[in-house]
Amino acid sequence: MQAVARRPAGTLEKKILAKSVLTRMKRYWVLYVMLLLPIAYFVIFRYLPMPYMAQAFKQNNIIKPIWEVPWAKNNGLEFFIKAFANQSFLNAIRNTVVLNVLDLVMGFPAPIILAIILNELRFPKFKRLTQTIAYVPHFLSWVIIYGLAMRLFAPTDGLVNILLNRAGAASINFLGTPILWIFTYVFLGIWQSIGWNTIIYLAAITNINPELYEAARVDGAKRMREIWHVTLPCLRPTIIVLLVLSLGNIMGGGFERPFVMRNQLVDSVSDVISVFVYRNGIQGSQFSLSTAVGLFQSVINVIFLVGANMFAKRIGERGLM
Amino acid sequence: MVNTAHTGNLRKKSGLRTNNSRAGDVVVVLICCFIIFICILPIINIAVRSVSSADALIKNQVTFWPVGFTLESYSRVLTSAKYTNSLAFTAWLTVLCVGVSLVMTTLCAFPLTFDNLPGKKFLNTIVLITMYFGAGTIPTYLLIKQLGLLENWLVLVLPSCLSVFNMILMRSFFYGIPASLRESAEIDGAGPMRVLLSIYIPLSLPVIATLALFYAVGRWNGYTDALYYIKSKTQYHPIQLLLYNLLNNSQSLEVATQEGFSTPGAAESIKSATVMFATVPILLVYPWLQKYFISGVTLGAVKE
Repeated sequence: MQAVARRPAGTLEKKILAKSVLTRMKRYWVLYVMLLLPIAYFVIFRYLPMPYMAQAFKQNNIIKPIWEVPWAKNNGLEFFIKAFANQSFLNAIRNTVVLNVLDLVMGFPAPIILAIILNELRFPKFKRLTQTIAYVPHFLSWVIIYGLAMRLFAPTDGLVNILLNRAGAASINFLGTPILWIFTYVFLGIWQSIGWNTIIYLAAITNINPELYEAARVDGAKRMREIWHVTLPCLRPTIIVLLVLSLGNIMGGGFERPFVMRNQLVDSVSDVISVFVYRNGIQGSQFSLSTAVGLFQSVINVIFLVGANMFAKRIGERGLM
Repeated sequence: MVNTAHTGNLRKKSGLRTNNSRAGDVVVVLICCFIIFICILPIINIAVRSVSSADALIKNQVTFWPVGFTLESYSRVLTSAKYTNSLAFTAWLTVLCVGVSLVMTTLCAFPLTFDNLPGKKFLNTIVLITMYFGAGTIPTYLLIKQLGLLENWLVLVLPSCLSVFNMILMRSFFYGIPASLRESAEIDGAGPMRVLLSIYIPLSLPVIATLALFYAVGRWNGYTDALYYIKSKTQYHPIQLLLYNLLNNSQSLEVATQEGFSTPGAAESIKSATVMFATVPILLVYPWLQKYFISGVTLGAVKE
């Protein structure tokens, strides 16, 4: 138990630890009573859904309970075969990967850069103000963010296009042109998370030994060299851990952002796996197909996470597990 | 402030002349001003639109300041039963969810801080597995359907009433409370319940405030559960789902006629006012809790 290692047991605790299991159980019966509700929660809402994953291998039946439904054709693989024969599912895979890779390439470095900039800021009050404001977007829902974005980017009456028109330029349909939609999607992702994600990097920067900076300065390092030779190397472990987590999510990704932002004009690029599952499963009652798709997605995610973790260890980092 | 890095202070104290140039400082300040501008502009834009006249909106006259100042859209939203009911329902739901979730999180985190509790390791594993492995959207939907929770408002409370991440956060905080405090209380004959109520909870107000904020924001902003599980009973639709439908029904004229508003401009300013109603409660709360949630996030980062 890691906890014991972290906090050495006191004398009383050692005495109790030495006593028999039964004595301890009697002494702490109240704790078991406390745990009844949480454990019931985990069993009902987190473990009971798991048997329903079998739906992926069963025939689609929206009336009978799952245990009465017979297995699907082709040794139960009927719906996996159907999924991969389905062009819109293949599109969903492509869109998921494209959006997540762009998120990673453009969104991952952004908070690191902002954290370093904030760290270079030498006016504490202004720094605090910047942080407070940069955290705002994290607390807004994707519905609100999309509501805000629509008012900025709407083709005729959005602020950006009003200003463009006044400057004599033509309107740009940011949310209705596939390629521009993709960039708006990525931009809004960065907008929402950049401030919040600096918290962890700023905390890591706080832990850097100040003597390193002094030594660098004695050696005549200027600001950029300090960042390059002290700050960034010290952030490396944090960056690697977060990078492994993001890589493990390359086939995952949330539901809310693509779902809220999609519209008919950009369906060809906005239909990701989670939206595909919602459309076919919850709206279309094709439970077997969408469970199969979800299962496929989880398996790929685990493979990517483990792979990224192994890679991190190969290059000499601690990794996650 | 947690994040005021030592380095800044140290540069002043150390007596070493800083090599950092003025020009560099100016660039840094300008970048920060730009960040502030980008973060705040969309919110100002919507606020300005919500208090501008419908006429000015249609003529695209509104940019950075209100044109034809009016609070009409706000009074329209506040006099429409559909919006006020949804706002009241969401507020009530948020308070209820925060209460239930805090109790559940404490009930889970506190016993798991007792290292000599028989079976702790097993219970701990049961809980942690769910953080890495979930059943997925459709299996969960099928279970909810089987439990008869579809179209029931309880589905907005129960399935999300305990977050493992938040539980770990609280437990890490509990671990930071000196064991000697608990031991001396136990020697005086206090049981675990007493220890929790008179030692742990009073000492944990910062983390409780943080978790209350996280749960409240989650519920106030959440709509996917209502989207999945509640289709016909629109009286149980939280404000975010209402807003989603409003934004996506997006032909302004359609909304306008549906709501009985005379012009599309009115519908536009209604949308802006509704966005404001959904945004402002959060903006009012979070700055006061900032120093707590920052330490909360950092605490969560060192889990296990």
